Amino acid sequence: MDPARKRTVRLVVALTAALFLATFLVYTSFSAGSQARTPTQLLRDAQPGRSYQLTGKVVPGSIRQAGETLDFRVRDRTGNTAASVPVAYTGTVPDPFRAGREVIVTVHKRGGGFVGERDSLQTKCPSKFKAARDGA
Amino acid sequence: MATVGRALLILALAISVYGIVASLYGARRGDRRFVDSGRRAVYVLFGVVALAFGLLEAAFLRTDLSFALVADHSASTLSTFYRATALWSSQEGSLLLWLFLLAGWSSLALLLTRHRLRAIAPYATAVLLGFGAFFSFLVVFLASPFETLARVPAEGAGLNPLLRHWAMMVHPPALYSGYTLIAVPFAFAIGALVTRRAGAEWIGATRRFALGAWLALGVGILLGALWSYTELGWGGYWAWDAVENAALLPWLTATAFIHSGMIQERRGMLKVWNASLILATGVLAIIGTFLVRSGILSSIHAFVEPGALLRWLFVGLIVVMIAGSVGLVLSRRDALRTEHRIDSLLSREAFFLFQNVVLVGLVFVIFWGTFFPLISEAVTGTKSSVGPPWFSRYVGPLALVLVALIGIGPLIPWRRASAGVLRRQLAVPLAGGVATALVLLLAVPVTRGKPLALLMFALCAVVVVGVGQELWRGARARAAMSGESPPVALVALVRRNRRRYGGYLVHLGVAVLLIGVAASSAFATVQEVRLRPGGRATVNGYTFTYVRATSRLRADELAYGAVVDVRRDGRHVTTLRPAKGWYSSAGGSLADGAIGRWFDGEPESAIGVKPGLRRDLWTAVEPDTSAIRPVIARADRRFSALMRRFGPVFATAAPAAQRRLVSGIEAGVRTAVQRISARYVASSPPAIFRILISPLVTWIWLGALVVFLGALVALWPPPAAVRRRAPARYRARLAQDLAARVD
Amino acid sequence: MPAVELVIVILVVGAVAFVLSAPLRRAPAAADDDRDAARGEIDELEVARDAKYREIRDAELDYRTGKLSEADWRALDAGLRAEAIEILRALDRAAGRSGTA
Repeated sequence: MDPARKRTVRLVVALTAALFLATFLVYTSFSAGSQARTPTQLLRDAQPGRSYQLTGKVVPGSIRQAGETLDFRVRDRTGNTAASVPVAYTGTVPDPFRAGREVIVTVHKRGGGFVGERDSLQTKCPSKFKAARDGA
Repeated sequence: MATVGRALLILALAISVYGIVASLYGARRGDRRFVDSGRRAVYVLFGVVALAFGLLEAAFLRTDLSFALVADHSASTLSTFYRATALWSSQEGSLLLWLFLLAGWSSLALLLTRHRLRAIAPYATAVLLGFGAFFSFLVVFLASPFETLARVPAEGAGLNPLLRHWAMMVHPPALYSGYTLIAVPFAFAIGALVTRRAGAEWIGATRRFALGAWLALGVGILLGALWSYTELGWGGYWAWDAVENAALLPWLTATAFIHSGMIQERRGMLKVWNASLILATGVLAIIGTFLVRSGILSSIHAFVEPGALLRWLFVGLIVVMIAGSVGLVLSRRDALRTEHRIDSLLSREAFFLFQNVVLVGLVFVIFWGTFFPLISEAVTGTKSSVGPPWFSRYVGPLALVLVALIGIGPLIPWRRASAGVLRRQLAVPLAGGVATALVLLLAVPVTRGKPLALLMFALCAVVVVGVGQELWRGARARAAMSGESPPVALVALVRRNRRRYGGYLVHLGVAVLLIGVAASSAFATVQEVRLRPGGRATVNGYTFTYVRATSRLRADELAYGAVVDVRRDGRHVTTLRPAKGWYSSAGGSLADGAIGRWFDGEPESAIGVKPGLRRDLWTAVEPDTSAIRPVIARADRRFSALMRRFGPVFATAAPAAQRRLVSGIEAGVRTAVQRISARYVASSPPAIFRILISPLVTWIWLGALVVFLGALVALWPPPAAVRRRAPARYRARLAQDLAARVD
Repeated sequence: MPAVELVIVILVVGAVAFVLSAPLRRAPAAADDDRDAARGEIDELEVARDAKYREIRDAELDYRTGKLSEADWRALDAGLRAEAIEILRALDRAAGRSGTA
């Protein structure tokens, strides 16, 4: 085989392999990804057995520690702030977690409430304390 | 002085725009005077921005609360170190820091290359000043760091307690130095493409800056990991968080560029590839800045919710950069034609190329995962995200291939390796890898269940043995030639070949680091237990006993902690003191009650950790304060009643009496908080402990130190080259030049 | 704006204008273009020379550490040296043209 032809063959093989891998990657990301939902959306159409990424704000006054379980309610970040969903969570609570903070937690439906996956709770890091100054 | 600061930034914007115009005009007309003026614009930009930066820094140091930025992000109670560094915990301050570092590094680059790259430099200057203009525009019109307050508050809001960690204060300047240093090779690549001088020259001249960017980004990434491990209270150092990934992506493409640039320098190959790599690195650096500063992806670190305009400006810049890069590379294909072909698949060049492909694959995987929420929203309409397991599934195997390449690549000669050479070069390192695997299998039974981790250890051993073999053979050869003793020969060898041996040192460090990563992610044990004082939990053969509760009240922080005794086989190992603190000034308000606010401040975990070469014993504690909550509420009610009674008295009192009264009340509140705390400690309260036993975590930090040391060796400038200008007989001159050379 | 601040800003603007305009106050050099072209060529050749030197030294190190057989190294080295001499010749020619040598 002459070298130019050999190079072309190599290139085609490499590109095919890359394409195949990329397709696989794209496929797994869509099947493994968990969907981000707001509390309002979860209240409307959550199905048992599926996991969702719940994003919203912790309702002030709703945090209760019961043994190892932490119970709190999450409401929408904006818009409908009246509706909230209860979450029962075990595992590490990140430092910035507190009432009014924005959180992301992986949950699945159990009974009327939602159970948070262990160690899946994330809290947005507030680098601004403007609210504190304005409020004080 | 805030007005001066604002004026300086407007001046910076004007200088940038002038410099762009002057450089381009000078380059087009072939008029050096304008080109020189354009270069001076960069130096002057640095001077002006440094002045503005100094003004702001001074305001932070003396806590001038008339500056909104100081009032929002600092407080007089902070230590000098945190007051100085609180500047870049803000959006506005960060952007100013970016501009400052960009101007500084660009000035250095243009100063060092002022007698070289004359055709390319004006365009590079224009590109660098383009970034300067963009960031000046942001700090002038959208995020001014010099806003002032009409009503000066009595005290600043303070620095987020989570950020009060030395690593987090050094992390932003390191990261931004990396991002801005990348702008230098990026700009010169653009210049090289525009002028169709896409040879080895621009790569050689900006190599140090690419390496410096790589080093600075690496330091930034590592400090972020260290902070996460010691500060966030979950015990991990990497979470595939969007912001972490944003820094890793340009670091990976820069790694690829540093390697493949060598091929272009030597053999004039891969010009399109190199230009694309550095252009992609530049784009990824801006995307990284954008991600952190725009909050477009949900992340624990995405700090801010800025106006939509800032987002669109960034998106516009990124689109212009991508479109410009692609257009330039396509239109300059003729100037990018390769001078050689790869001779053999068993050559250094080919291994560099494989390594590049793997790195780009990694970049693609991480990029896809990071931006998946946006991609899925665009495709399916709902935001989805992929977690750490998805990343690990791809990054793990790719990392294994990469380590194999790191191990074998440097042992293979350029151009072509013969079978005999391969045998001689690979026998010992491969044997070392196999031996390591066998020893681990026999001596450390847990490795039997984790084939991937075992493979990683074996491959890292190949790297380490390979580097050792290179050093040994090099030193032996030099000692034989020069008659020096082997240690002297080794030092001389490294000194005369800094790039090569600095690189080997980096490889060694990466191997050590990856051993730490593989061991700690495969064999860590995490357990959460709820204990009362006296209670104990056994994790991995270590017995953790919750001895007693502790409490501590500082000026602005209340902390409840635990004394934890750790024993193994009955023998005392260490005593850990994890705690959880609440910073009252940072979040508590009087609405929570004068006493209750101490218990609802901004939380911050102080972990208790015993680091070790073999394993880290790590604990965090979550005290259960539910039992004292009623006590706090009662105290608050009593306090309010007292206040109501004293209110009328206070209003009519003389100012001096008022001040006495206020300090009396403050002291009373502190006493009440201390009493409640004493009650908490005495009640032998339950607490939730997170216990983590993580093997070889320390190796990550040690390996990183070796990596940085190696990068410094490779970066260190050689002594000024001996210059010879008189024409002489070429052969003699060549021999002489070679003898005097240091790389 | 208080007087002090105004004075500071005016001083800074003045200094900036002075520094930036210094090269423009120079008389234009007529031969800029040609000299630059020659200089650019020299720069490129110098980079090529340095890269070639590095290749020669690396090849020798590779031979000494066993990555190249002696025969391979001798052939490679001779070729690289010939290429380096070619570059040195071109460098001298270019230097002669630009009149800077």
